[in-house]
Amino acid sequence: MPFDASSLSLITVEILTAALGLAVLVLGVIAPGRGRYGLAGVTVLGLIGITGVAISNWGANGSLISGMYLVDNYAAFWKITFLVSAALVVLGSMRYVDNLGSTQKEYYGILTLATLGMMVMASAGDFITLYMGLELMTISFVILVCLPSTNPRPVEAGIKYILLAGMSSAVLLYGLSLIYGLTGEIKIYEVARAVASGDVSPALILGTVLLVAGLGFKISAVPFHMWSPDVYEGAPTPITAFLAVGSKAASFALVIRIFIGALPGIWQHWALVVAILSAVTIIVGNLVAIPQDNIKRLLAYSSIAQAGYIMVGLVTATEAGVKGIMFYVFLYIFATVGAFTVAGYFYNKTGSDKIKDYAGLSQRSPLMAAVMLVSMLSMAGIPPLAGFVGKFYLFSTIVSDYLWLAFVGLIMSMVSVYYYLRVALVMYRDEPNDPSPIKLTSPVAITLIVTLVATLFIGISPGPLSEVINSAAHSFFIQ
Amino acid sequence: MSFPVLPVILLAPVAAAVVLLFIPKEEHRLIKSVAALGTFVSLFLTLVIYFNYNQDVGGLQFVTQRDWIKDLGVTLFFAVDGISLPMVLLTNLIGFCAIFASWNISNRPREFFILLLILITGVMGTFIAHDLFIFLLFYEVVVIPIYIMVVIWGSSKRVTKEYAGMKLTIYLLIGSGFLLVGVIALFVKSVGVLGAPDMSFSALAEAGAQLSNFDQIWLFALMLFGFGSLISMWPFHSWSPDGYAGAPTAVSMIHAGVLKKIGGYGLIKIAVVMLPLGAQFWAPWMAVLGIAGVAYAAFGALAQKDLKYVVGYSSVSHMGYVIIAVACLDVIGLNGAVANMFAHGIMAALFFSMIGFLYEKTHTRWMPDMGGLGRQTPKLAAGFMLAALASLGLPGLVTFVPEFTIFVGIFSKYGGLAVIGIAGIIITALYALRAGAHTLFGPPRPEYDHLEDIKGPELVPLVVLGFVLVVGGVLPSLLFDMINSGVVPLHAEISNVLQLGGNL
Repeated sequence: MPFDASSLSLITVEILTAALGLAVLVLGVIAPGRGRYGLAGVTVLGLIGITGVAISNWGANGSLISGMYLVDNYAAFWKITFLVSAALVVLGSMRYVDNLGSTQKEYYGILTLATLGMMVMASAGDFITLYMGLELMTISFVILVCLPSTNPRPVEAGIKYILLAGMSSAVLLYGLSLIYGLTGEIKIYEVARAVASGDVSPALILGTVLLVAGLGFKISAVPFHMWSPDVYEGAPTPITAFLAVGSKAASFALVIRIFIGALPGIWQHWALVVAILSAVTIIVGNLVAIPQDNIKRLLAYSSIAQAGYIMVGLVTATEAGVKGIMFYVFLYIFATVGAFTVAGYFYNKTGSDKIKDYAGLSQRSPLMAAVMLVSMLSMAGIPPLAGFVGKFYLFSTIVSDYLWLAFVGLIMSMVSVYYYLRVALVMYRDEPNDPSPIKLTSPVAITLIVTLVATLFIGISPGPLSEVINSAAHSFFIQ
Repeated sequence: MSFPVLPVILLAPVAAAVVLLFIPKEEHRLIKSVAALGTFVSLFLTLVIYFNYNQDVGGLQFVTQRDWIKDLGVTLFFAVDGISLPMVLLTNLIGFCAIFASWNISNRPREFFILLLILITGVMGTFIAHDLFIFLLFYEVVVIPIYIMVVIWGSSKRVTKEYAGMKLTIYLLIGSGFLLVGVIALFVKSVGVLGAPDMSFSALAEAGAQLSNFDQIWLFALMLFGFGSLISMWPFHSWSPDGYAGAPTAVSMIHAGVLKKIGGYGLIKIAVVMLPLGAQFWAPWMAVLGIAGVAYAAFGALAQKDLKYVVGYSSVSHMGYVIIAVACLDVIGLNGAVANMFAHGIMAALFFSMIGFLYEKTHTRWMPDMGGLGRQTPKLAAGFMLAALASLGLPGLVTFVPEFTIFVGIFSKYGGLAVIGIAGIIITALYALRAGAHTLFGPPRPEYDHLEDIKGPELVPLVVLGFVLVVGGVLPSLLFDMINSGVVPLHAEISNVLQLGGNL
């Protein structure tokens, strides 16, 4: 099919995001010293504007370049998810980045480009496009992780990240090329047809296993999770937040495309593996979180456990499962960005990530303590917060066939309340060592209020969001 | 559309909590007055609907219904029937009194009363929701305020308050984890039966009754574990004495008074109605566990020297009666179960509030350190004694008729167990009177001569709860007619199913 310029309108959102990223990089160079403070504003407004465009393009359907790139409600919903999380992360980290000095332009520009990579992942129609998106995101993240280059810890985290991300990409590529070799197809839905009609050969199973391993790294599922607590702890906190939400969300968009899009034909061969990985991830993530005394490591392990819950939605490979994943990821963004923004701002003000230093936070800054508590309880699935509805959707898909997994998930999420409440205990009961109030800057305050309100609202009134996601999940199955 | 009275009752405490956010935290009196006003509105409206409920018509009344989450079939469905209305009344009576029992809180009162009001709302919500999803929502809302209140305002005696709070929370959450699995499984199966998702109690009851015997049995087991650990069914009761001992007075009152009744209420209105065959299968086991709880906890209470532990164990023991009564699965038993929950709630709340004042004044709950307080603080002593006598089921007080009903019920079904149950009354009398004797009678101690008796706002729990204790005892029909109007149709529904199954 020849290139059709009119189809470019389908990818307005991607084009705008690329333009924003480059513009911020250029502006950062030409803007005078103080002008760089405006970069954050430009980025946030740009991202919000693009989100608006993405919402107004809702319902657009089509494909570009002979199906290499798919535009449907499924991809559109993920793009909105990425944009919202990027906007929240930038807004919440404005003050944090001041300390980065002259590298601010890279921070905002590359963060936007990482978002672009995620979008490509969500829309990818073939293996090459999805790999391109994945690498754009990964490489951007490597730069972001080691941006405070004067400090050895972020650099160490960056090296760890690039080595493990490279290795997992290699494993993933190996899996993809095996499947390509066996089916002769590279487009996701062509692969699905070939897999469904052909025999199940050991090589195909090997390819699938390699995909599970490669993607397991990306979503930090146990036992491929080792990198994430170290990288989360070492990276600048806003980047940690973006890794935890954006990178994980995009990886799930990819996982759904590959497993439910390309490999539903051999569903019975991978479902049990995914179910077991999910159970192990939930158990290990929650249990290892218990003894942590550093807030970022605690959140890192808790986000591993969250990935375990989300994987539950993959097991049945149904529309309800995809819907559960998308719903949960969307609410997970707000909870995670909320918690990490508090952690980042707290570090900025006090220089500490230790949980014991959060003593008396409820008196020093009631909003920060409330956001931390609400975010954590939402992750634990306590109603009326969003996490409860999310878990209800996820676990209702597996309760008839994988009852044991529902037990593991729901009992462990009650166990997780134990370590979340330990943080609450310190924040609410203890008297502060330093009683001086922590003043919030207005961008940070706005971020915190948005996450708080969203977490409460989705929990109390999940109906509207759930209908949007139904249509997004449905569009995935009518290719 | 008529006046949405139930949402107003539910939201009045929330409105008060929101107002509290804007009151400066130094204005202690104003904070307490606003909290009292919020709960008073709820209490007043509840009394209005209690006496306007049409018992001849029965069924769900004062209905407010709205679609909420379409693809889960969740509706915002608030209504009351003859079983839930006494529970709502109980919640609001105790909620109102709990504010006054905490009148002397001076450490961060604003946070305390906000959490207390959220707690009251959460408990109330479970009793007026007739949609299982909304029920669960309120069910778990209560856990976190309780935890925070215990760790900040609780007291560390035999166990630290951190331990008590965490034990309370983890027990209830693990229980609710199992319950949640059961609920989700029931919901998914009900979609198969009904063809469309619907989470309302009535739809799930219709669907649940059609499930196979095997499904009903394992689903009921999950619910029995969840609700059973909330109502402190032996052997999942150990959170209860420790938790109450660590908790501040208001939390002990609400927890022992109404919150653990959610367990009994859920057993009756959810587990038994939706899974009658499961209930029938597990009923003998429930009866045995119930009676074990009665006997074990009564002896446990006898061995305690800390007043809060005495009442803590005693409430486990009383809840044992409720569980046996539910296990009867007949009208008399269910009537007795609901009535006993109401009566015990009033009694336990009065007991805990009096112990709270005693502790505030003497700084001890250790019985050997007390004595003769009847002279120094006569009003407090009167309240204490009233609660103790109600605990042993003195005729003329609200607790007598429910206990009697339960014994009638269990005698016909589980004759042998009834003997143990009735023997439990003797032990109850022993520990209740012993607690009174050790604290109130005997020679007065000079170190307590300076104590002031309860006065002013502190008298509210005694007056309100004492009044209900006596009126409920003298005019039991006020309570029983109401409950009976809810239990009879419910029982008809269950026995229909059981007869269809050919098991009755």
